Amino acid sequence: MLAFIARRLLATIPVLGMVAVFVFLLLRLTPGDPAAVIAGDNANSQQVEEIREKLGLAQPLLTQFVIWAGKLLQGDFGESFFFKKTVAELITQRIEPTLALSFFTIVLAVLIAVPLGVIAAYKHDSWIDRGVMGFSVLGFSVPVFVIGYLLIYVFAIEWGVLPVQGYRRIAEGFWPFIERLILPSATLAVIYIALIARITRASVLEVLGEDYIRTAHAKGLTDRVVLMRHALRNAAVPIVTVIGIGIALLIGGVVVTESVYNIPGLGRLTVDAVLARDFPTIQAVILLFSVAYVLVNLLIDLSYTLLDPRIRY
Amino acid sequence: MTIVADRILDPAADAAAARVRPGALARLARSPSVLVGAVIIFFMVAVALLAPLLGTVDPARIDPTYRNKLPMSERTITMASGAKETRTYLMGTDSLGRDVYSRVVYGARISLVVGVGVAAISVAIGLVIGLVSGYIRWLDGIVMRFMDGMMAIPGILLAIALVSVWGAGLATVVIAIVVPEIPRVVRLVRSVVLTIREEPYVEAAISVGTPTPLILIRHVLPNTIAPLIVQGTYICAFAILVEAILSFLGIGIPPQIPTWGNIMAEGRTLFRVFPHNILFPGVFLALTVLAVNMLGDGLRDTLDPRMSKRV
Repeated sequence: MLAFIARRLLATIPVLGMVAVFVFLLLRLTPGDPAAVIAGDNANSQQVEEIREKLGLAQPLLTQFVIWAGKLLQGDFGESFFFKKTVAELITQRIEPTLALSFFTIVLAVLIAVPLGVIAAYKHDSWIDRGVMGFSVLGFSVPVFVIGYLLIYVFAIEWGVLPVQGYRRIAEGFWPFIERLILPSATLAVIYIALIARITRASVLEVLGEDYIRTAHAKGLTDRVVLMRHALRNAAVPIVTVIGIGIALLIGGVVVTESVYNIPGLGRLTVDAVLARDFPTIQAVILLFSVAYVLVNLLIDLSYTLLDPRIRY
Repeated sequence: MTIVADRILDPAADAAAARVRPGALARLARSPSVLVGAVIIFFMVAVALLAPLLGTVDPARIDPTYRNKLPMSERTITMASGAKETRTYLMGTDSLGRDVYSRVVYGARISLVVGVGVAAISVAIGLVIGLVSGYIRWLDGIVMRFMDGMMAIPGILLAIALVSVWGAGLATVVIAIVVPEIPRVVRLVRSVVLTIREEPYVEAAISVGTPTPLILIRHVLPNTIAPLIVQGTYICAFAILVEAILSFLGIGIPPQIPTWGNIMAEGRTLFRVFPHNILFPGVFLALTVLAVNMLGDGLRDTLDPRMSKRV
């Protein structure tokens, strides 16, 4: 087991290395002088010169990469000339809303999607099943921001039960914090629910065809026990896997949702940075999101042994 | 473990299971999902092609005297000749006085071009890389490590990053959406190649001295067509969504060009009073993506009946 964890950890290093190369090359792909691009539109020639010096732009590309990667490993993401802060500071300021939003979305999505999928599989070919599958196709098709505005319109404007936009830190009180996260999380959860419900239904349906399910029924267990203890448990691996893969969707959705709901998180930061052509920030955010994505999936890979004792490494 | 995962959740893996079987076309016509999807797509294509004939005006024309009107509002215009003409604004006007109906109709063009363009280009590039990488062993490791790295960056984020590098525009948006899709196509094609290369008929072809490029084109390529059609429709749906997202965020296609994303981006500020600027393009967008997804699901089920019972 330990050997497996070590091997799996080592395997993520080349992947993360590739990501770093991509992000590094991103800036070099821009037309023009990278130093001028980093400095932004309002910089004077002296500032550009300073940056050129700092990045070692006169040196070969490989040396530049090594300098850049070395700084990254020390937590130095460079400086944002647009926001007039170091990128590391910017990220620490903006990370709380994004973490809160992602956490609530995942919890909400799992709590809704897994039961939906199990019921759809149990009532295979019924109207419930068709409803869940219909919702799932629809959830993949309606863009996040349309769902967002729809929810704002109904709950915040027509009924007035929830705030329209904004974010409050958890330190400013629990209810104001939660209140402003309900609509964004629900918005973001739709596509995630569609994904998880679909896979849950498919994998539970497959397990329900197994012999041991028939045995469980035959020995007189109630449907509930059969579904929960036998079917769902054995269907858990693909469900957990899809939750991990879905993080990619979630990250894309965070960018949009934070813009719709005016939440000052990393997603909004991404959009603001792109609009301002603030490359050090763009690079850092992409790196951060990708590392998070890879690490979550690493954890999920490691969790298989807990979920299913038959899996040995 | 990732192999288990791929089988279940990667549409590419679903697609890989698909093979063209005899009678597929006849079955296709019987699938309700395919029929409904095809009808909606046909409708959208007709709208896009016939845009100038559908009672539209210039979608970019700004009219400061007639801004923010609700849907179905009527306006009587006195022509220079003295004749009066009543015009109905089916979907109202936006904050610059542009006719939303005309913009939505013309917006169909951009969405369809992006969807089909991205699907075609990413399938073509992915096919070449996948064929070569799957068949030439020493290349395989290098190419796949590269693809793994690319897949570790969430797709929309990579597209946003590329747009930020190249600047806004139709061509850059298409390429920015193509790049994150390539590794998925490559993996799909490669998985087909890896199974096909062990087939006796490929072995036979090698033994009679058929050159590698010819083996790839004549024996391996045909097997990739069915899964690529399925995968292509999913890419098309995703591309339409991503273009709308990029335009909505203000980093996609320049705002004066009518696209569904741009119309909604423009309608954001006054959304509380005039929700129609988000509603109408939103409905068209969702309907189109839904139709393409339904077509994809139907194709997958038809090309591989085994899958239809599961997912």
